[in-house]
This record gives sequence, C-alpha cells and structure tokens, in this order.
Amino acid sequence: MLLCNLVSIAIRVGAPRIVPTRGIPFPTGDPELAPEEERRWRRRLLERALEALGTAVEGPTVFEMATVREGSDAGAAESGSSASATATARPATSS
Amino acid sequence: MRIVHYLNQFFAGVGGEESAGIPPAVREGAVGPGRALAALLGDEHEIVATVFCGDDYAASNPAATEELLVLVRELAPDLLVAGPAFTSGRYGLVCARLGAAAAREGIAAVVAMHPENPGLDEAEPAPVIESGRIGREMRPSLERLARAIQTLSRGEQLREQDGRIGRAPRRNRLSEQTAAQRSVELLLARLAGDRERSEVPLPSFGSVTPSGPLADPAGARIALLTEGALVPMGNPDRLESARATRWLRYQLDGLDQLEQGAYQSVHGGFSTVAANADPHRLLPLDVARELEHEGRIGTLHHEYLTTAGNGTQVATARSFGVEWAAELRQAGVQAAILTAT
Repeated sequence: MLLCNLVSIAIRVGAPRIVPTRGIPFPTGDPELAPEEERRWRRRLLERALEALGTAVEGPTVFEMATVREGSDAGAAESGSSASATATARPATSS
Repeated sequence: MRIVHYLNQFFAGVGGEESAGIPPAVREGAVGPGRALAALLGDEHEIVATVFCGDDYAASNPAATEELLVLVRELAPDLLVAGPAFTSGRYGLVCARLGAAAAREGIAAVVAMHPENPGLDEAEPAPVIESGRIGREMRPSLERLARAIQTLSRGEQLREQDGRIGRAPRRNRLSEQTAAQRSVELLLARLAGDRERSEVPLPSFGSVTPSGPLADPAGARIALLTEGALVPMGNPDRLESARATRWLRYQLDGLDQLEQGAYQSVHGGFSTVAANADPHRLLPLDVARELEHEGRIGTLHHEYLTTAGNGTQVATARSFGVEWAAELRQAGVQAAILTAT
C-alpha cells in the first residue's frame, strides 16, 4: 500500500491502496505539529495503512483519514478510524 | 536457423513458485511451448536447446542476465527466442534483459510478451512481438511469434504489422506533409472520434492487479519501503538523487527508531529539511515497531528498501517494482508499506 500526498498521480499509475498524507516532503509526518502530536498522527496513518491492507479492492482505492481533532485522546481516534474503515474507502477510477 | 529458446521454470516444466529460486540451466532441444513453436517453424529451423531459470533468481539477482547470456553464447545460436512471457512481470523482465544483452553483442534475438508487461521497455535493441495476456493464449501467441521468426530468417526487419510492440529505433525520413498539415489532420481525426492516433504515443502505465486483502496483519511479515531516498548519513552507497538506476537496502534489525542525524534523504526533487530533521517523516519505523510490539503487526521485515523516485523512467521504476516484489516474496513478506514523496 502507498502513503503519499500526490493522490491523483498514485491513482493514475494504478496504485491499488492509497492513504493520503499531508505534504510531499513528509509522507509520514507533519512538521507543523508538536512532536508527540506528530507521532500520534504517524501512528494513525499506519493504522489506516493496516486497515487498507486488510481490505479487498478492485482498483485504485483511496482510504481517506478520518478527521480527528489534533491532540484529542489517541484511543478515541483509533476506534473512530477503524470503525469507519470501509465507509470512507473511496474507489477511484484511473483517468 | 539454429534457435535457442529461453523459458522460465514454469514453462520449462520444472515447477511453479516453489521452484522460482532455481539458477540458470540448459536442456537439449525444445521444451514445453518450444515444442509447439518448433512444429510451427517446420524443418527449416531447429530449436537446438532451451535455457531456463527460476523467475525470482533471474529477476532479483543482478548477475543473472550475464549468467544466462554465457549459456546462450556457448550454444552459438543464429537466433535467441525468449518467451512468450504474457503479462508475467519477472519472466517478461528477464526475457527483455536477456534479449537486449544478446542483441547488443550481435546475437540476433526476438522477445514475445504482452504490451503491458513491465519488461517491454527493456528489450531494446531486441524486437518484441506481441503475445496474449495469459498462458491460455499460447497458441495464437506462438503463431505470431513463428511468423516473426520466419520474417527475421529472410533478413527482414520486424514492423508494426508483424505484431512488433514497444520502442523501435528511430530513423529519420522525409515526410511529404509539413508538421502543420499533419497536426491539422490529427486534430480532424480527433474531432471525428479517433482517440488513438498520435505521432508521439504517451507512455503507458499498464495496470496493476491488486493483491488480495491481508487476512491478519497481526500474523503477517510487513516491509517498509520508500522512494524518498532515505539513506545512512553521508550516503555511503552513493544513491543518485535523480534518475536513479538502483535501489538499496538497509538494516532495521535491532532498531526501534531511526536516530536523528544518522540518516538523510538525498532525494533531489523536494526540500529534505523536514525529513533530515526526523527520518520517521519518510520511514515510520518508530510507530511500526510500536505496532509490532503491541502485536498488531506480526513481524517487521528486517531491512528497508529505498530508492530516489525523481525523474525516474517508467521502465526503470517498473523494474524496481518487479525486483522489490520478487525480493520481498522470497523473504516471506506478505505486505509492504511504501512511502512516496
């Protein structure tokens, strides 16, 4: 599965499982956040990646990140994102 | 003509994936699809030997092409035929590399595969003849290949009407129409609904069949990969910052995190300031290890693979993909998390 910011390119080249990230130079980070918050964000990205890997897909599919307030309780964020795993997966058609 | 035929271990009848690691070998005469090809070619041509190799060995071992070429050279054929490889990535890549290596040293070669095979762009200067998509289309694929071999034996070049695909050497010639006239003609054709015609075909990215879902990440071996050119500080193996021709591997065993200052990104396509300040922004080892300790990831693969995805040719990127997949599969990895910048 692919963690990247340039989602449209990932779709165009046919990457099957895509989790969108926040910036081109830091796919698994976000320098705007405080270190502990950034690590929590990275953990959520990886948890989402694992959900994507466990989901059957037909073609390029974007696994959006659920919107969670930064600094909110990490445990709540986890259960929230796993519950919405399939609901927020969006199959994309290659152009 | 004296023909030597290249097959992978599967079509040579040696075995399936369990035999994908076998080294190059030779059998006398035609084997498997080579027998049907020999029958189509008639008495004029003879398949004197079949060279074969396991797909994983041939695609992931950098010395494999040369090892195969040594065997071909010893057999002194008039023509090397490789494939048909259909859409099989590793097989196609090896057919293309062997065909190209043979052609470069003056052994005539022809390769057969489907246009979406990742090996297509690596065969030059050897010509590639279109085959079907899957092994079930063997018969028509061999018929087209046999016709192409007959054409070559008459000393003629293979052209599009012979089923030639992929890049062909460019030759200058004078057109009777000016560029302006040809552009307008193409525009009119486009307006009339022709979406295909072009003087400059765009690269095709082909298509990737998604692998099935991972049954249980907690029981899986998972690899971390990046095209963000993350390497140890000082770039000891001299990874290129653009148009990379190689990929590298670095150990993760015994590491719970990537020490700041011990790694750097040498990618030339974005500002590496953020990644250099904290390498986990490119390779999420810290939280991946945490998930492993918690039992949510079975095992993290003991090394990460890295290259610089910057101005990379599609053909090169495809080969890296095939090599990484072969490499990881051999190592028992079930899933990979690739970060892209």
